Amino acid sequence: MIDWIKHLPAIIVVLPLLVAVIAALLPARFGWVLALLATAGSSLASVVMMTDFMTRWAGFRMSYHLGGWAPPWGIEFSVDHATALVIMVISGLGFVATMSSKSLFANEISSDDLGRVYGAWLLTFGGLLGLVMTADAFNLFVFFEISSLASVTLVAMGGGYDKRALIAAFNYLIIGAIGATFYVIGVGFCYAMTGTLNMLDLAVRLPEVNDQIPVYIGLAFMVTGVMVKAAIFPMHFWLPPSYGHAPMAVTTLLAAVATKASLYILVRVLMTIFGGIDTLPQLILQWVLIPLSLMAILLGTILAIYERDAKLMLAQSSIAQIGYIVLGFGMGSLAGLQAGFIHIANHAMIKGGMFIGLGGLAMAVAGKTKLNDLAGVGRRMPFTATGFLICGLSLIGLPLTAGFISKLYLITAVIEAGYWQIVAIVLFSSALSVIYLWRLIEVMWFTPSNSGDGRLPEQVMIYAPLWILALANIWFGISASTITEMSYGAAQVLMGGMT
Amino acid sequence: MLDQLLSHWNYIIVVLLMMIGLFIVISSMNLVKKLIGLSLFQTSVFLFYISLGKIEGGTAPIIITSGHGDHGSYPSHDILYSNPLPHVLILTAIVVGVATTALGLSLVLRIKASFNSIEEDEILAEKRVMKSEGRSS
Repeated sequence: MIDWIKHLPAIIVVLPLLVAVIAALLPARFGWVLALLATAGSSLASVVMMTDFMTRWAGFRMSYHLGGWAPPWGIEFSVDHATALVIMVISGLGFVATMSSKSLFANEISSDDLGRVYGAWLLTFGGLLGLVMTADAFNLFVFFEISSLASVTLVAMGGGYDKRALIAAFNYLIIGAIGATFYVIGVGFCYAMTGTLNMLDLAVRLPEVNDQIPVYIGLAFMVTGVMVKAAIFPMHFWLPPSYGHAPMAVTTLLAAVATKASLYILVRVLMTIFGGIDTLPQLILQWVLIPLSLMAILLGTILAIYERDAKLMLAQSSIAQIGYIVLGFGMGSLAGLQAGFIHIANHAMIKGGMFIGLGGLAMAVAGKTKLNDLAGVGRRMPFTATGFLICGLSLIGLPLTAGFISKLYLITAVIEAGYWQIVAIVLFSSALSVIYLWRLIEVMWFTPSNSGDGRLPEQVMIYAPLWILALANIWFGISASTITEMSYGAAQVLMGGMT
Repeated sequence: MLDQLLSHWNYIIVVLLMMIGLFIVISSMNLVKKLIGLSLFQTSVFLFYISLGKIEGGTAPIIITSGHGDHGSYPSHDILYSNPLPHVLILTAIVVGVATTALGLSLVLRIKASFNSIEEDEILAEKRVMKSEGRSS
């Protein structure tokens, strides 16, 4: 292949981080353009990388030595099929969220602040990409904190018009910091036992000392820390308030990509770092993650049904959707991992689209997201509302949408593993999710509007990105093979770490 | 048993600090105290890493030459070095910790300006009032 391809891993991460500084320093009016250019650059680079990867066998791995220091001494960026897939999802969705952000920010944040806001926006984006890319366990912590400190700042920007955002941001900061510190404690234990921080090197050395208790303590701390970041039940409680009170554009970015990166890290820790230790990752998946994911699925769906605020309703449903992803991973089989990765990609498109759509609808009613305030907006803003509806139908898993493919692969994987009871729970919760989607549809289309019945203005920079995602949901629902093949490659890579 | 505990006294202090920090974060109603607890918790982890790197009788990792051969000077093998890597890692983690505290304190300032209190129970009470009045974003 051409020579510059080997520098892509570094370019994808460094570009947004560099532009973040420039965006913060230049006048505010350049913020959006710079953010758009940086996210477009990263997505383009990741698509090139993915295309290159699709032509190679599943075991192929690209290693980038930062500063020319060879691993295990230097920091390594490692890209395999799984990394390439998640990078593509994050950068692509980050780009679409950035497209919609200018219009969404317009009502919520004063235009003088936009430069610095986009600085934090790009730091979040670049931090998440680095998080996925890095193969150094400690470097991962640094990227965790880059992205989480930047996203706390973004959530707190909601404080300008809704002061509860400040409390949500503060709690997010404290809980995020505790989660990250737990992860670091775990890394410390593993480092003490092996003397290495490179993930692949750890994977080789940990099985040699697997009779030592510190290894298990390290695993427990690392997994707990990552679970906090990924908002897996019961460590999810920071998520609904943060998403609910943050500016709409920020919610879009965080819901589409932030937890996805942490979920990926969770399987990486279990399958790659500790994958060499016999039965241990399987035990954790089976006895810890599957029960928790089922609780998350049921609780998230039920809380979403009772929610009176559309934004919080979607945030609660994210808890359930994270549960589906973790359930797929929890099967610990090739099919299960594949289902998990498929849903990472699909849920990013679904929730990204739904939050953009909700943001567009809410703008017409002065930014209010209470169900009562949204009465009738569906009829009055047909373009935006239809895009929102398509993503919503994908959320409940209607055939011919991407969500259906997710559910199909998930249920197949669960049946293959022989858990018939879990199939029932998944189907039951899917049926329940129809209820909260129906509540939205009923309010938006069939309830008389509070203020006239005329058409409301719709903004092209909201419904264009929304329709990109809505069409992607349909496209990947009909021609699913692209995502399923990429996910299959990703699953194979991770299974390779297990014996 | 006691001997073993006493010879690892630095780890005992680490665990004590960690528990105290975490307890303050969970139990304290005052937001600034929560941040102090968080700092304490993070500091305990810094100490943990530094303890890992220390070797008894070890010195700073500066290569000391023991003599000169035909091919220039060569390092001495009799000298014990402490592991420098944990120090580097913790230098990074301290920076992260400072950033976390700074961001947390600036949020507390904004909370104080908006809610006129930094006590969690009073803030929550006001939040409930906001909710029942139906004022939304």
